[in-house]
Amino acid sequence: MSANIELLANQEYKYGFVTDIESDMIPRGLTEETVRLISAKKNEPEWMLEFRLKAFRSWLKMKEPNYWANINYPKVDYQDIIYYSAPKQKKKLGSLDEVDPELLRTFDKLGIPLGEQKQLANVAVDAVFDSVSVATTYKAKLAKAGVIFCSFSEAVLEHPELIKKYMGSVVPANDNYFAALNSAVFTDGSFVFVPKGVRSPMELSTYFRINNSESGQFERTLIIAEEGAYVSYLEGCTAPKFDKNQLHAAVVELVALDDAEIKYSTVQNWYAGDEEGKGGIYNFVTKRGACRGRNSKISWTQVETGSAITWKYPSCILQGDNSIGEFYSVALTNHAQQADTGTKMIHIGKNTRSTIVSKGISAGKSNNSYRGLVKMMPKAEGAKNYTQCDSMLIGDKCAANTFPYIEVMNASSTAEHEATTSRISEEQLFYLQQRGLSQEDAVSLIINGFCKDVFRELPMEFAVEAQRLLGLKLEGSVG
Amino acid sequence: MQATKEVTKEASDYVAAFHEQAESQRGKMPAWVEDLRGRAIEHFEMVGFPTTDVEDYKYTNVAPIARGNFQPASEAQAKNLIDGQTLERFVYPEAKRSRLAFVNGIFSSELSAIENLPDRVVVTELREALGGEYADLVRGYLARGAETSGDDAFTSLNTAFLSSGAFLLFRRNVSVEQPIHLLFLSTSSGAEKPIAAFPRVLVLAETGSEATVIEEHTAINDGDVYFSSPVVEIYVDDEARLTHYKVQRESSGAFHVAQTRAEVGRGSRYDSTTVTLGAALARHNINMQLRAEGSESWIDGLYIVDTGQHADTHSLINHRAAHCVSHQAYKGILDGKSRGVFNGRIFVHPGAQQTDAYQSNKNLILSNEARVDTKPQLEIFADDVKCSHGATVGQLNEEELFYLTSRGLQPELARNLLTYGFAEAIVQKIKVESIKRQLDEAILNRLHARLEA
Repeated sequence: MSANIELLANQEYKYGFVTDIESDMIPRGLTEETVRLISAKKNEPEWMLEFRLKAFRSWLKMKEPNYWANINYPKVDYQDIIYYSAPKQKKKLGSLDEVDPELLRTFDKLGIPLGEQKQLANVAVDAVFDSVSVATTYKAKLAKAGVIFCSFSEAVLEHPELIKKYMGSVVPANDNYFAALNSAVFTDGSFVFVPKGVRSPMELSTYFRINNSESGQFERTLIIAEEGAYVSYLEGCTAPKFDKNQLHAAVVELVALDDAEIKYSTVQNWYAGDEEGKGGIYNFVTKRGACRGRNSKISWTQVETGSAITWKYPSCILQGDNSIGEFYSVALTNHAQQADTGTKMIHIGKNTRSTIVSKGISAGKSNNSYRGLVKMMPKAEGAKNYTQCDSMLIGDKCAANTFPYIEVMNASSTAEHEATTSRISEEQLFYLQQRGLSQEDAVSLIINGFCKDVFRELPMEFAVEAQRLLGLKLEGSVG
Repeated sequence: MQATKEVTKEASDYVAAFHEQAESQRGKMPAWVEDLRGRAIEHFEMVGFPTTDVEDYKYTNVAPIARGNFQPASEAQAKNLIDGQTLERFVYPEAKRSRLAFVNGIFSSELSAIENLPDRVVVTELREALGGEYADLVRGYLARGAETSGDDAFTSLNTAFLSSGAFLLFRRNVSVEQPIHLLFLSTSSGAEKPIAAFPRVLVLAETGSEATVIEEHTAINDGDVYFSSPVVEIYVDDEARLTHYKVQRESSGAFHVAQTRAEVGRGSRYDSTTVTLGAALARHNINMQLRAEGSESWIDGLYIVDTGQHADTHSLINHRAAHCVSHQAYKGILDGKSRGVFNGRIFVHPGAQQTDAYQSNKNLILSNEARVDTKPQLEIFADDVKCSHGATVGQLNEEELFYLTSRGLQPELARNLLTYGFAEAIVQKIKVESIKRQLDEAILNRLHARLEA
C-alpha cells in the first residue's frame, strides 16, 4: 500500500468534533416522570402527552428484540441515557439572526450553512441539534406555495389537526420496541405537509446532529403529500466521536394520497466507532411509508455509511391500486461496523409495483446484511416486484449476507429476486491503473460504478456527497 | 406460548413410547447404539417439536405431527402387509436385483432383492451392519452430523427410534452400474393408531467409487395417514461420485419430514435430484457439507403440489473449503389450495476462497389460493467468491402462451405444455429411464386432471 493510501486510510472521521455549548438537560433515566417532563419542556397539549404515555406503557411491556437480526451488541441500558438535551437559549427565536452563533458555526463546519444567502440554491434546511430543531430555513418561501415545513414540536402546537390525524397512522406507537420508545420520548424532528396539487418548489432537508455524549436522539419525522402533491426530502446525520455507544431511535412516517409522490433520501454518516468497534451510534430506526392513494408513489433512497450498528428497513405499504414503492440502498460497512438493513414491500392494492435495488459493500471485519420482505397479499392482483441485491466484499475478514423473504398469496403476482456477490477484481484494478489511474481512484471508480443504480436516484448535490463519502470510507481497504 | 406447551405434552408421548420400546428391545442392540438412542431422546426431550416461532419453521406448522398420535412402527406390525404382486408396481427394471425394501421403515427381506452386485459393494440392512463385520465403520459415521452441526427435533427422534434401515458401502474405486433402489413403503392399515416410520440410511462412498442411489418413499394406499421421517446420511470420499435420486410420493394424507445430510471430500461430486409429489405436509431438510477442496454438489429438486398439500424444502449448503462448486435449482408448481416453502442458505466460511455457488428457486402459481414463501439466503465470509442466487414467483409467460395458441393450440393445452416444460428441466436430469418415465406420467396425469376439471 502506498504511503498516500495509508494516510488516507487513517483519515479521521471529520465530523467528530464536539461543540462546546451550554445545554439544558434533564437527569438521565426513563420513567413516566421523564416522559411528562419532556412533554412539559415542549409545552405540549394534553393529547400529545397522552400519546406519549400510552406508548411508554406499551414499551414497558415489550421485550427488546435481540434474536433475529444478524447483529451483536451489548445490552443497552435505557436508564443511562439522557432523553432530553437542548442547547440553552435565552428567549424564543424570531429569526435566524438570533440563533446562537456557536450553533451556526457548528452547522457551517458540517457543511450546512444556515444563512439563507449562503445556502445551496433551492434546498430548505431544518437543523436538529441533539433534542431540538434550532433553525428552519426558507419557511416563508415555502409557505407561499402552501407547503408547511417546520420542526415537529412546532407542528404539534401550530397544526394539531394534521398531527392528530396522521401521527402513528403508519407506524403505530406500539409497532415495535424502538418505535414505542420513540413514541414515548421523541423530542423533535421535521414535519412536512404538501397540500393537494402542490409540487414543493424546493428540496426539503433535515440535518441531524447529536452533540451531547450522554444523550440519545429520538426524532420523529412525518411527511404528508396530499392528492397530486410532490415532495423530495433529504436527511443527513453526523455525530461527534465518543467512546460510548449512543442510541438513535427515530420514527419516520410518510403518507402519500392519490397521485402523490414522496421521494425520501438519506445520507447517514453517524459516527461509526473506531477501528476496534469502540463507540459509535446504534442506529435503530423505523421508517415506513403508506401509499394510501391510487397511483401514489414512495421512493426511499439511502446511503448508509456510518453508525456502529445500522438496523433499519424503510418500507412501503402499497394500499392504493397502481401504487409504486421503491427502495434504493447503498450500505457500506468498514472496520467493526454491523448493518442489518433492507426493506419491506407489502402489496395490498391491485397492480402495485415495487423495485428494490440494494448494494452492500463490506470491508475490514464488518458484517453487512440485506434483509427484505416482499409480500403479495391475496387481493394484490397483478402486483409486480423486482429485487436486485448485490454485495461486494473487500478483504477476507468481512461478511456479506442476503436474507430475502418472498411471500406470494395469489396467482397473478410476480416476484423476482436476484443476488450476486463479488469483489473488486485484480484485472479491473490492473486495467484502470495501467491507464494511469491511481489505485484509490481506480477503487473509487469501480465502487461508484457498482453503486450507480442507487446514486442515480439521489438529488445531485447528495449524489456528489455520497460518492465522495464512499471513497473516503474505503480508502486503504484495498491493496 | 400456548402452542409450545401443547406440543411439549405431545413430545412426551414419544418419550413414553421410546421407553416402552427400549424396554422391550433391551440387549438386542449393541451398547453404543443404545447409548446413541438414549442421548437422542434426551435431546429431543430438551428441544421438543419446533413451533412457528422458530425461524426455521416460520412457514411450516408441525403441530399436526406432534398431535397426530402416531405410534412408532414395530417389526410385528410391519409383517405381511404387502404381497409380491403389490410389490411389482414399485419395481424399477434397472434396479430389479439391487433393491432393499422397507415397510413402515422396517426392513423386509422378502420384498428385497440383492443379486450380482460387484465385489466390494455392500448393500445390507443397517441393523445387521450395527453388529457385524462393519460395526466399527458404521459406528464411526452414524449420527456424526449430530456432533458437527447439531440435530433438530426430527433427526433426534429418528435416532431415538433407530431400529432398521439401509447400509450402503462402496469400497475404494468400485463402480456400480445398476442403481441401488431403497424402497420405503408405508401404510397404517391393520394398525391401531397411525404409524410413525423412522428409517435410517447410511451411505459410504469410498475414494474413487461411483454409484447411484434411488431413495423412494411411497404408500400402498393413497389417503392413508401416517408419519414417515427418514434420515439419510451420505459420506462421499475423495474423488468419489454419488448420484442420489429422491422420489417422494407419500400418501396424500401422510406427513413426511426428512433429513438428508451429505458430506463430500476432495475432488468428489454429489449430485442429487429430489422430486416431491406426495404427502399432506412434507418437509425436507438438506444439509450439504463441502468439506475439502475441489468438491462439487448439485442439489436440484421439483415439487408439484395441489389442494391440501404443503411442501417445504430447507437446505443449507456449507462451503467449508476453497475451490468448491455448489449448484442448486429448485422448481415448484402450485395448484389448488397448496403451499410451497423454500429456504436455501449458502454459507461460505472464512477461507473458502474461489467458491462458486449458485442457487435458484422458481415457482409457478396456478391458483389464487396457492401460496409460496421463498427465502434464498447468502452468508459469505470470504471475498474471492462467485455467489449468486435468484428466486421467482410467477405465472407462465404470456408471450410463450400467445405463440403456442397462435399455432393453433387450445389455451389450456398450451398452458399444460408450458407447465410440463417448466418441470421437465429438473426431471430430465434423472438418468434412470424408468423413474423418468414414471415421473413424466405422474406430471402429465396431474396436468390432465387439471384439463378435465
